[in-house]
Formats: sequence, C-alpha cells, structure tokens
Amino acid sequence: MRVGPGAYLLVSAVLFAIGVAGVLIRRNAIVVFMCVELMLNAVNLSFITFAKTNGALDGQVLAFFVMVVAAAEVVVGLGILVSIFRKRSSISVDDVNLLKG
Amino acid sequence: MTRLIWLLPVLPLAGFAVNVLLGQRLRALAGWIATLAVAAAFAVAVAAFFELLSLPGEQRTQILRGYDWITSGDLRVAFDLRWDPLSAVMALVVTGVSSLIHLYSIGYMGHDERRETFFAWLNLFVASMLVLVLAQNFLVMFVGWEGVGLCSYLLIGFWFNRRLLVVNPLGRLVEGEPDDTHEVWAPPAAKKAFLANRIGDVGFLLAMFLIFATVGSLDFDDVFGKASGLAAGTATAIALLLFLACTGKSAQFPLYVWLPDAMAGPTPVSALIHAATMVTAGVFLVARTHVIFEASGTAQTVVAVVGAGTALLAAVIAIGQDDIKKILAYSTVSQLGYMFIGVALGPIGYAAGLLHLVTHAFFKAQLFLGAGSVMHANDEDTDIKHFGGLRAAMPITFLTTLVSWAAIIGVPLTGGFYSKDQVLAAAFEHGGIGRLAWVVGVLTAGLTAFYMSRYVFLTFLGERRWPEGRHPHESPPLMTLPLIVLAVLALVAGFALTTFTGEGGRFQNFLEPVLGAPEAHGSLTGAFWLSAVATLVAAAGAVGAWLLYGRRFDWLALRRRYAGAWRPLADRLYVDQVYEFFTVTLGRALAAFLARTVDQRGIDGAVNGLAELVGSGARSGRRLQSGLVRSYALGVLGGAVLIVAFLVFRP
Repeated sequence: MRVGPGAYLLVSAVLFAIGVAGVLIRRNAIVVFMCVELMLNAVNLSFITFAKTNGALDGQVLAFFVMVVAAAEVVVGLGILVSIFRKRSSISVDDVNLLKG
Repeated sequence: MTRLIWLLPVLPLAGFAVNVLLGQRLRALAGWIATLAVAAAFAVAVAAFFELLSLPGEQRTQILRGYDWITSGDLRVAFDLRWDPLSAVMALVVTGVSSLIHLYSIGYMGHDERRETFFAWLNLFVASMLVLVLAQNFLVMFVGWEGVGLCSYLLIGFWFNRRLLVVNPLGRLVEGEPDDTHEVWAPPAAKKAFLANRIGDVGFLLAMFLIFATVGSLDFDDVFGKASGLAAGTATAIALLLFLACTGKSAQFPLYVWLPDAMAGPTPVSALIHAATMVTAGVFLVARTHVIFEASGTAQTVVAVVGAGTALLAAVIAIGQDDIKKILAYSTVSQLGYMFIGVALGPIGYAAGLLHLVTHAFFKAQLFLGAGSVMHANDEDTDIKHFGGLRAAMPITFLTTLVSWAAIIGVPLTGGFYSKDQVLAAAFEHGGIGRLAWVVGVLTAGLTAFYMSRYVFLTFLGERRWPEGRHPHESPPLMTLPLIVLAVLALVAGFALTTFTGEGGRFQNFLEPVLGAPEAHGSLTGAFWLSAVATLVAAAGAVGAWLLYGRRFDWLALRRRYAGAWRPLADRLYVDQVYEFFTVTLGRALAAFLARTVDQRGIDGAVNGLAELVGSGARSGRRLQSGLVRSYALGVLGGAVLIVAFLVFRP
C-alpha cells in the first residue's frame, strides 16, 4: 500500500510531540536526553520526507548534519550529567534548582 | 553742623563697636564708653537743633544725601538723612533721655558680669533708633525699625539664664488656693516681643510695596508730594498697613501683649526702650507720614479708636497688677494710646500728641528708673505687697517719683497736664469720633490717677510690709542724679514748651513746617472747662486710691472678699490666653495634623506605597525563577511556538 508524504509528516509530528512531552514531564535526566533524541529524529524524518517530495538532496544532507550534531551533543550532555551525578548523587532534573530566586 | 548729623547714628554705633571688640578687657569702662558715645550724639543734636532755630521756618528741612544703596530699575534708595523740626525733637529726646539712662545703668548694672554686652546693645539700640528717626525714605526707616526690634529682643532676653519669680495676686493668703507662682523667663518674653513686632513689620513691608507700586518711589518727599493725589482706597490701605506696624512697635491693641512681658528685661531697658523711645516710634511714624493719613478719613478714625480703646483697656488692667513694673508697663501702653489719639485726628492734634510723647518720655523714664531704684533696694523684689513706707528709707526716689506721679495724672502746671489736656482738647474740637475719644480719654485719666496713686501709696507710704532682714536704702548718686534730672524735666517741660508765643505755643510753632497748622482753635473758656473736667476726674481717681490704699484700710481683705471680680483684672483680662489659644494651641493642632496625618500617613504612605508596589511586582516576577529546569523548558517551548506562529500567520 502506498502512503503519501502526509503520513510521514504526521508520524514526525507525533514523535516530536511525544519528545516534547517527555522533556517537560520526565524527571530522569537520561530519559530527558532520550526524548531530545526523539525530537531530533522526528525532525530528521520530516527532512527526509521533504527531500523526497521536492526531489532534492538538501534534506538528506541536513539529516546527516543533524545526526552528527546529535551525537556530539549526547557526548557532551552525558559528560555533564556524569559530573553532576558525581557531585550530587542524583540525576533528577528537579534537583538542579540553585538558580531558584 | 547739619552736615554732621550723620554723626548721630554713627557715634553710638562706634560705642557699640568698641564695646563689642574691646569690651571684655575694658569691662569697668564699658558703661562710661557707651554713655560718652550717646552724650556726644546728644551734643551734636543740640548743636544741629540750634542751627535749625537760626533758620527761617520754610528752610527748616535739611536733607543730607548719603550713600546710594539700591539702584534697581525704578527703585532708588539712598542713605539720605533728614533734619527737620520733627526729627530734631525726636533726636533730642532719644539722645537726651538715653544719656541719662546710660548713666543710671552704670550704677544699676555695675555688678553684672556681662555688662559690656549690655552697653554694646544699648548703644546699638540708640543708633538704630536714630536711623529710624533721621531717615529720609521708608526703606532706611525700616532698617532702623528692624534694628530697634532686634535690640529690644536682645535686651529683654539679656538675663536669659536667670529665673524671675512672680507671685500670684492673691499670694498664699487665701486658704485652699493653689500656689500658682509662675516663673517668668526672659527668653519667652524676648521671643514674644520679637514676634509681635514682626507681625507689625509685615504691615510696614506691605505698605512699602504698595507705596512703591502706586507712587514709584520710597523717598519721603516724593511720596508725600503725591500722597494727596492717591485714591482714597489706596491711601487707606497704606495707612492701615503702616498703623499695623505701629500697633506692633508701639504696643497698641491687638499687638500690645509683648510690652508687659518685656519687663523681664533689666529696668534701664524698660525705661529706655519700652517707655521713652522705641515704643514712640509708632507715634513718630504716624506723624511723619501724616499726609497719607490725612488722605484717608477711615484710617484716622481707626487710629483714634484703637488709641482710645487701648488707653482704656490698659488702664483697667493696670489697676489689677501687683508687680510695679507691670503697672508701669500697662501705664505706658495706656499713655501711648493718648499719643495716638493726638496724632490721629489731623493737624489739630499732631503737636499735642508729640508733646505728650516728650513729657511722657521724661516722666515714664523717671518712673521706671525709680522703680529700678526701689527694686535695687529690695533684693530685686517687684511685688508691691512687700513694700510700703519706703519714703523714709529712699527720700530722693520718693520725691522724684512723686513729681512724675503729679505729671502723669495731670496735676495742673506739670508736664503731663499740658500735654494730656492738649491731646484731649484737640480730640474734642475735632468733633465726631474725637468727642468719643475725649470721653474715653477723660475716663482713662481718672483710672490713670487711680492706679498711679495706688502705686505711690502702696510703695512709699503707709506701714512697712517688707520681710525681715531687708534694709532698703537710697541708691547711689549715679542712679539718683538721672532721677532728679528727669523729674525736673517732667515738671517743667510742658510749661516751657507751650508758653504761648503765638497761637498754640512754642512747640506747635516749631513743628508747623512739618506738620501743618491747625485750623482756628476754639474759645479759651471752652478749653478751660475741658481742662477742668479732666482734672476733676483725675482728682476723683486719686482720692479713690487714697481712700482704699492711703489710709489704714485692709485692702487685702477687700480683695479676698471680691476675689471673683479681682481675678480677671490681675490675670490681665485673659487677652494673652485668647492669643495663646489662637496661635499656640491651634498652631500645635495644625502642626500635629500636618505631621501625623499629612506627612506620616499621606506623604510617607505614598512614597512607601510606591516602594511597596515595586516590591510586590518583584515578588510576583520572582516566581518565574523557580529554579526548576522543566519550567524553563516549558518557557523555551512556549517561545518557539510563538515564533513559529508568527512566521506562519504573518500578515
């Protein structure tokens, strides 16, 4: 069965929304990172979809960029997370509230 | 010599400077330096006076142009001095009586540790008074006016660190009466004097503004030349404002209340400033600006009514006083009222009012100095209940006081007789309000005789009432000599100045170039009957006093029995209390209202409220900073949504 690009975009949107919800709701920092990855991949999906519909390769190249950046970001992010864990023995996002005014 | 009249204020000013700069080292000489300065001024005045006499009548106004003080737009004010019969009379009285009082003060203040300051201020006062009297324009006169006010304040408050006791009128003789001895401090009295004067000064200032606005100049010759052309309303306003200043300086109703309190100052001060000179400045002002007053019948009536009313009021209060200085103070207020009656009603009375000014200066100064002599001999006690029978101990003081007593009640041929009678005759002849003033004046003369006779009887005659351990004795010659000189002057001045050489007498003729000639006098027999009535009323007053106080009569018992009627008199008819209510009490209430309600609640509330507003705004804003990462993430999401929406739905 053929599905149009609309379906892909819908999936992309749904994935993005789930990712956003996860970032806002979950307390575990690792889960938050996973949701961020989810958002990034949702965006990748929509890039590929548009590349296909436009018949150009720009979207695919951008998808590659996004994947590289996401990888680098994960490295850095997990590094920060580990050092916070070493200090506080907690990875709950709610516990980094030193900026509370 | 007229070119040298600038020496008149400068000599006492030099005395002031010497005593200020070198006084502490020359303390013993301070009094002599001051006296010398004033006596020298007197000599200058006498010389200039004789020179004036040698000139024909029309030329008897000499103007000495001085330093140009203010030149600003249309306003030109210079330190010009004016020497004419009026200023000559005033200058002679001021310097002459001052010299005698300075001499007296050397003895009276001989042991005071600050006497060099006293003499410095006394000299400054004389200098200011002379500036006032010799001024040729309103502003320079005002300088002198303020100067005498300042010196009055300084001298009244001279003993600012001493406590003077005044016993209540019923003493402790009435069972169950609370002992309300009250202490009279000098500083409140000095402040009261200055404040009352200040209210008058506002009148003077406003008058000057009005004069300059309508006439364009403050010079006397300019103003008086145009005065008759002023609109009646303007003239009235100016005259009334000037008279307000007079009520302050010359202690008339409503601003007389400072004078009795001013008795807290040393007695020479009371004699000089509050009897002979400063308080006469108001009378002088009216005489000097008489052209303005003549342009306004309303103002003249006001002056006459206030003068007569004050004379009567003060005489009534004087009857109830036991403090000898207060009796004399109220007497001064009363006699000043007479002077104002004299100058209120036009040319007919100017000379009379001024003659009374002169004779009053002599006998009132003598009375005050005599009172000082009595106080000196009685440990500074002023309560008449503690005197009695001092005649034997202080014969000179007694005799001189007796002379002044005769003068003030108007014994025929004494100074006061001439001046008072002339004032009353002038008032009667003027008609209208003058008749009313005459009636009040005669009544007051009776009361004057009563309280002055009371004063003499209770102080010098009768039995001794002074406490054990006191040895009253006559004062030293330095003090008794001025007493004698003043008594002689009080006796002969009236006669000497009015011996008839032409209509109205010498004094009147002398002043005519300045004050104008009155219309024809009434008949001589009419004048005789008026005199007779006044003298009889005065005699009745004296006899009344003798009945009560001159014989062995228990007047204290009488007073106790009628304490209800006596109290208001002794308490000065509660005028001070009324003023205190309207000024102090209401003022405090207003201040409290402004301080608490307006300032604390209103203004502070607004300012603090503003700060509170900012604070609560900040508190609300602070809640954004939860420190919660997830809220920040939500914020980021929200922002992103907004931007996308904007981009998508851009108009």
